[in-house]
Order: sequence, then structure tokens, then C-alpha cells
Amino acid sequence: MAVPSHMEFFIDPNRCIGCQSCVQACGECDTHKGHPMIHLEYVDRAHTTQTAPVVCMHCDQPTCAEVCPADAIKRTGDGVVQTARKPRCVACNNCVLACPFGVPKMKAEFQLMMKCDMCYDRTSAGKKPMCATVCPSGALFFGTREQVEQLRPRSQPINRFQFGGQRITTKVNMMTPKVAHTEYVDVTAAMDEQATGKDITFNILDSEATNGFQ
Amino acid sequence: MASNDREQITIPPDGRLPEEQPKWRQDFPIDWPQDHYVARRDFTKFMVLTSFAFVVGQFWIVVQNFLRKRRGQPPIRRIAGLSDLAIGQSLVFAYPEEHDKCLLVRTGENNFVAFGQECTHLSCAVVPEPEKKRFLCPCHNGSFDLETGKPLAGPPRRPLPRVLLEIRDGALYATAVEVRVV
Repeated sequence: MAVPSHMEFFIDPNRCIGCQSCVQACGECDTHKGHPMIHLEYVDRAHTTQTAPVVCMHCDQPTCAEVCPADAIKRTGDGVVQTARKPRCVACNNCVLACPFGVPKMKAEFQLMMKCDMCYDRTSAGKKPMCATVCPSGALFFGTREQVEQLRPRSQPINRFQFGGQRITTKVNMMTPKVAHTEYVDVTAAMDEQATGKDITFNILDSEATNGFQ
Repeated sequence: MASNDREQITIPPDGRLPEEQPKWRQDFPIDWPQDHYVARRDFTKFMVLTSFAFVVGQFWIVVQNFLRKRRGQPPIRRIAGLSDLAIGQSLVFAYPEEHDKCLLVRTGENNFVAFGQECTHLSCAVVPEPEKKRFLCPCHNGSFDLETGKPLAGPPRRPLPRVLLEIRDGALYATAVEVRVV
């Protein structure tokens, strides 16, 4: 059984409200019971409560598999990169360091790399991944392209990312504003960008400090 | 060719065609179906090499037999005097080599038996129990007949190797080791 090709994963980090539902639901998935594989990251913890969910993007050229010295990380025919094969994984952490999205998790107690496998037990049987079934705000969505177009008419799904010199095409899509007309998400360039929230907080603090000491 | 496309979906990082890739990429594919795929040639190679190994093994047995025959019988060696052992007593001796421990048991006035001490199951040292007319291997409760060395109970299937004895001038001599299969 394979994940049907018309069903796709769409991430819309803008809509994430940081409720941790996906983390809890992920821990209930049968392929990695009790161990949530989704990352719920704070974008800039000091200045904003904005969070972003990170699931495995299932790259066309999986960097984790490319760097694996033990030939343990494999991708099934439907394009889902699976958790490292237990008999092969040597727990060397190469994949954890190499993944541009920071997805693989090293489980030292099992001597095994575990990662988001799009809830393979569920998606291969035609169900949605755990995280997408519980997300209350639609930041994680699993369905057809037509459905997501109807739900988010002002966004377009993008599955190409640029990390410095590395360009990655993924199976999972990221929702971006249609007006931006982007062809790919330039991640390293975005890292240098000042977050809008950061500017405001800095200004308030600066002005208060300067006013107080005048 | 749709099924083939599904099997090889990973694009190598340099983006070149599969034919231009180094050979190791075929041996360490990232795609699951490719990883599980065993070519007919690989399978045939495995079968041929395995059968060849079996053939070599058979010849090795023949060579070992030949070498054993050429070595001939071990030299005759004195073990003990006739009066050294009381009836029912036993003695450990080494024959034919220093590390081949054997057991000598006096079962009657003029009856002596000697067997190798290694259990034929997993080479534990057997213990003589003349009152029960057996050798007991404590490892897995195997037991051998005291007179013949044949297995009586437990995991061992082959009898203990018998040491042939000879009485000369009031002393016991070991003359040969008889390895038996049944």
C-alpha cells in the first residue's frame, strides 16, 4: 500500500497558534508510539509567541539519506522518507546534522534515528496524518490541491526551497502568499531578514530607555 | 515503464542522469524498492558461490581423513598399575595428546574401561558414576553407558570415544583411540 499521489501535505506556518495539539497527536501515531516526531518551533522566542510546525518535507534528494554512512535511510515508492532501518542505523547523528529542515531526531535510548514518516501506517491506508487531523487552525493540512485552493484562495503551495547553494524539491508543500509570486523559498536569505515584531519591540524599549535617561 | 519510474524516484544531488552516476549509487540506492531488489545475476552469483563452498568443504573432509590415516595410531603409553585403582574407582589421564583428557574406570576385578572425557554433545567433561553404571554430563544431563560409552539419555547422540586398553606385566597401557559414530 502506498500514499495516494493526489493526497498532499500542506503546511501554513502563518496559521499556527502553538496549541501543541499536533505534538500530542503525533505521539499517538503507531509508527513511533509515545515519541512525537513533529517539531513545534518558536520563531523568535524572545520577541514573539509565533510558532511554526516542522514535519518532514520528504525531499526528492533526501540529504539525510545522502549522508547516511550505514545505508539506513530509505524512501518508499510513494516518496515518503522513512525512519532509519533499525538493523542498519549506527546512531551517528549525520542525518540530524545534515537535514536542512532539522527534522530527524536521534533517539539515543534506541540507538536509532527516528523521524516524521507522514504517519505511514495511516496515510498508506488512505487516512490523514495524525497532526493534520487535529490541527484546529489549518496550519497542517492533508488533502487534494483543489481542496487547499478552495480553503486558501490567496495562498499558493510551494515545494522548492533554497538553502545557500542547495536547492531542494520536496513532497510536502509550504503555503506562501500568491502576491509574492515566489518560485522558491529562500531560507538562508529569510534568516537575515528582520522580523517585523522584533523591530517594534526594540523601538519601544529603546525609546523608553532613552526617554527615561534624558 | 511507469513502475520503473516509481522505483527510481530519487534524483542524485548533482542532477546528472542515472547512467552517468558512479557505480556505488546502484549498490546503495535510497529508494526502498531498489534497495530490496535482487538481480538475477546477484542471486545466481550467491547460489554458485555457496555451492562451491559446499564442494570445497566436502573435499576438505576427504583431505582430513587422508591426513588422519597417514598420521597412524598414537604411541602406546602406560596409564597406571593394575593395583592403583580399587573397583569402582576412576582416574583421569591424557591420551593421546596432553589436552585429550580421558577417564579410566575399574568396573570389576579384571575389567577396566577407558573413554574420552569430552561429552559428544558440547564437550563438557563427563563424570563417572560407577554405582549407576553411567557417565553423567552435568551440563545438560546427558548420560553414557559405563561399559560401552553409548548415549543413554539427554542431548548427546554419539558414543564417547573409546580408549583401547592392554594389560602388560601388571600395568595398563592405552594403545589406541576408537572414535565411533554410532
